[in-house]
Amino acid sequence: MFGAGSGSCAELFAVRKRFGTITALDGVDLDVRSGELLALLGPNGAGKSTAMGLLLGLSDPDAGEVRLFGQSPHTLEARRGVGVMLQSAGLPDTLKVGELLAQTRSYYSEPLSAAECAATAGIGDLLGRRYGKLSGGQQRRVQFALAICGRPRLLFLDEPTVGLDVEARQALWASMRSLVASGCAVLLTTHYLEEAESLADRVAVLGRGRIIADGSVREIRARVAQRRIRCVSTLAPETISAWPEVRSICRDGDRLEIVTNSAETVVRQLLWEDKRLSELEVERAGLAEAFIEITQEAA
Amino acid sequence: MNAIVQALPRVSLPRIYTLEGKHEFLRLLRAPSFAVPTLLFPPMFYLLFAVLFAGRSGDFHANIYLLATYGVFGVMAPGLFGFGVSVALDRERGWLTLKRALPMPPGAYLASKLAMAMLFAAVIFTILAIIAITLGGVRLPASAWPQLLVVDVFGVLPFCAIGLFVGTLVSGQAAPAVINLIYLPMSFLSGLWMPLTVLPGVVREIAPWWPAFHLGQLALGAVGEPTTGSALGHVAILAAMTVVFLFFARRRLQRSA
Repeated sequence: MFGAGSGSCAELFAVRKRFGTITALDGVDLDVRSGELLALLGPNGAGKSTAMGLLLGLSDPDAGEVRLFGQSPHTLEARRGVGVMLQSAGLPDTLKVGELLAQTRSYYSEPLSAAECAATAGIGDLLGRRYGKLSGGQQRRVQFALAICGRPRLLFLDEPTVGLDVEARQALWASMRSLVASGCAVLLTTHYLEEAESLADRVAVLGRGRIIADGSVREIRARVAQRRIRCVSTLAPETISAWPEVRSICRDGDRLEIVTNSAETVVRQLLWEDKRLSELEVERAGLAEAFIEITQEAA
Repeated sequence: MNAIVQALPRVSLPRIYTLEGKHEFLRLLRAPSFAVPTLLFPPMFYLLFAVLFAGRSGDFHANIYLLATYGVFGVMAPGLFGFGVSVALDRERGWLTLKRALPMPPGAYLASKLAMAMLFAAVIFTILAIIAITLGGVRLPASAWPQLLVVDVFGVLPFCAIGLFVGTLVSGQAAPAVINLIYLPMSFLSGLWMPLTVLPGVVREIAPWWPAFHLGQLALGAVGEPTTGSALGHVAILAAMTVVFLFFARRRLQRSA
């Protein structure tokens, strides 16, 4: 269990971490394998940031072991393989973007050129401007540039797209995808489940200080039997909600949306009772529903 | 066949330290709330009280006395504010956390701030010296100037330690107020604005509690004004205060981690 795991970039083994009387992590095993994008999900206060902080050497576990590239995260050598974008990183307002980039590049042995960083993060036109004068979205792009400038083998992204508009978020997603394609592993925490759904190779869900689910997006979604049926029908919602298989129903204009664990039975019944039913759709629960169900089970 | 050569770490420590220091300096220079009072107040006070309204009372040389003590008053600021406010802000805004997560050599953060404070001290010394010579009519033996420079530049160290400690205690918003509450009364009570001899006896008695008093005595000694106590004693007390505050600051920084 303590093997260096040739494919692992970063590992937590049976880690416990307490803050005062609060147990943030209560026996967590986690590994980030090289070249994969692992999304770490969980409700607020589930211990995501604590887990990331341990892997970066920002704090030490009370019990268990933390390994970054097989070494202690306190060693500079291990951290030189890492790029970081933290949720709240207020960089100095009075420094220019180019200066921040030069400074961060100097920590790494083989950094990308400033021009490459700027091109990848889309900040080419910002290098001469002071950080404090940038918009929120521009600041996030600068933080992303700092995260990738050291050619990391493992990138830590803590809520990277908070405060970005749709376009900027898509651009950042594209950058993440191309980084992963080039072999960089990513540990991503996010509140946007569609982000995890669209990017992650693997998802780990933290709840109450433990890993309560770990698998591919498909595996996690499959843990939830729920499906969603949409259709246009003249049937009264009250009638349908009386059917034993129906968990919930809501009406939007002439559209019905039904949540059920056995879609086949409900669809058969619907088609039988309303011969003119139209626009039928059946959809498996998304990661969001799965996530809610998994975290509620664990609670 | 690819010969995979273990890439040697080509991180250049001098380059890291140079950039950190340079950026720390630029950062403060571009912050008007820091740079303007720090660089302007000591020469402004000197002009007012040593040049324009200098009292002509017997053997008290306001131009020489205040060159020494406003120099001390001046170099306290980059130590107290440069460390106190910026550490409090860096801590609060997460910049310190990010730096600790990045592969930055652990000493670079404090070393760069220290270099910045010493550089500011040297600048303040230079401005005051130029005004003292040109407008204040100060003539000192050649050996006095480098002595005063050394006192000013190394004299920032205890104030850096105090600033660092305060920066680990209070929020970025509260830091300027808290530091002003330390800075201004301590300057007055240490005889930096007017000689202790004209202040009430109780002020003279408690003066040895303040680091600014000891640095003031060293600076006065450098320019040949009368002092109390031995230079070695003042240095020892300042060094001890530096160590004590560094110790507590370090403990606070580790706890908040």
